Amino acid sequence: MAQHQVDFTQSGGLPIALTTVDKLVNWGRSNSLWALTYGLACCGIEMMASGASRYDFDRYGTIFRSSPRQSDIMIVAGTLTKKHAEFIRRLYDQMTEPRWVISMGSCANTGGMFNTYATVQGVDRVIPVDLYLPGCAPRPETLQYAVMMLQKKIRAEKAGKAQRPKRLM
Amino acid sequence: MRAYSDKKDVQKKAYYTDRYWVAPTVPRQTVESDDVFAADLAAIKAKFTVLEAYIEVEQLVIVINPDDNFGVMKLMKEELQFEQLIEMAAVDWLARSNEFEIVVMMLSMAKRKRMRVKYTVAKDQAVESLNPLYRSADWAEREMYDMHGVKVNNHPYMKRILMPDDWQGHPLLKSYPLHGDEAAQWYEVDKIFGKEARDIIGPEIRDSAAIERYDTERFSRLGHEVPYGTDISEGEPDTPLAYQEEDGVFLIRKVHEDDSVEITDRDR
Ligand code: SF4
Repeated sequence: MAQHQVDFTQSGGLPIALTTVDKLVNWGRSNSLWALTYGLACCGIEMMASGASRYDFDRYGTIFRSSPRQSDIMIVAGTLTKKHAEFIRRLYDQMTEPRWVISMGSCANTGGMFNTYATVQGVDRVIPVDLYLPGCAPRPETLQYAVMMLQKKIRAEKAGKAQRPKRLM
Repeated sequence: MRAYSDKKDVQKKAYYTDRYWVAPTVPRQTVESDDVFAADLAAIKAKFTVLEAYIEVEQLVIVINPDDNFGVMKLMKEELQFEQLIEMAAVDWLARSNEFEIVVMMLSMAKRKRMRVKYTVAKDQAVESLNPLYRSADWAEREMYDMHGVKVNNHPYMKRILMPDDWQGHPLLKSYPLHGDEAAQWYEVDKIFGKEARDIIGPEIRDSAAIERYDTERFSRLGHEVPYGTDISEGEPDTPLAYQEEDGVFLIRKVHEDDSVEITDRDR
């Protein structure tokens, strides 16, 4: 036991906050959204810029991870080719629940300008998407806004097991 | 967006005509005008038939029989000092004459000369691999197979190079639709979820600019968001953009736009 006494009524208030479990859990979830590094094309560069010092994603608790098993969100940044579709699904399946997906850029949203045989016309044909971010490429500020919108969405969710996992079909 | 029209006969009729435009042709010289090339051609002609030979943009172009390709290359590598195979590609002439033209670009660093070897193969005719002579032919031949379906004999690893292994069709053929055939269009759905999921996931939407104004299941109007599936044919409410909920967020300080500072001095 420390010798000194902290007078909580004087310095910083009582260490007690009253809230609901949902709010507490969602507060935790929404403020440490670890993102899976998923740069597939030019949008990936903007995603990296968002993570670097100028835009500084760490402020939001968003830290890029290289493993789907440690990630909460998947930021699909770039063009998804048909050859790669099976792998994005496999990585998505490896993420633990709850998990969220941001589809970043026109290519990930709709196939974008690559209206060809080799490009998946929107990642939502393969994995369920929570947030579509338009742009080609969206600026880092826009991606930050998208993450803030996702945080808002998470805060509105129920935290318990009653929250059914998202399914494409 | 342009609708897809069948291009099977695209080479038979001109789809673009301009009265005043004349297709430029590169002037050709005879082989005799260059001593080095003349000697090379004579050496090749001594052993193989050469169907056509000329000089174009300072490069010797020869047309040979497809069966001779390995022999000619071996001669060129071992005796004529063409030690590099720069590039190799097939050209689709199926609509015109049911054959592929194969173009091989060669470089001789010793003689500082470039040349092109061409041969035509019929649609299902296999060609001999140049891989034992030039390692750079390896990927070029795999690409030729992947993109055009030209089969190559005695290649050590004859496998698709760009498209997935279970892809159907050869995408660089002129008859291949830009948006893919049926197998290509359903490729990811068939592979991940199975054919029975086609009805659920639905066909690809190729018009990425398509917007349905009153569909609130797939679209949402920025600044006018409504819950999923709401009927908005009567109009929708304004929902101002906000970073946080009205009543604030647990343990997080509320952002007040009025308190934000605009930075005008960029060199601060
Ligand atoms: S949306 Fe634009 S910037 Fe992003 S991956 Fe596609 S082409 Fe590149």
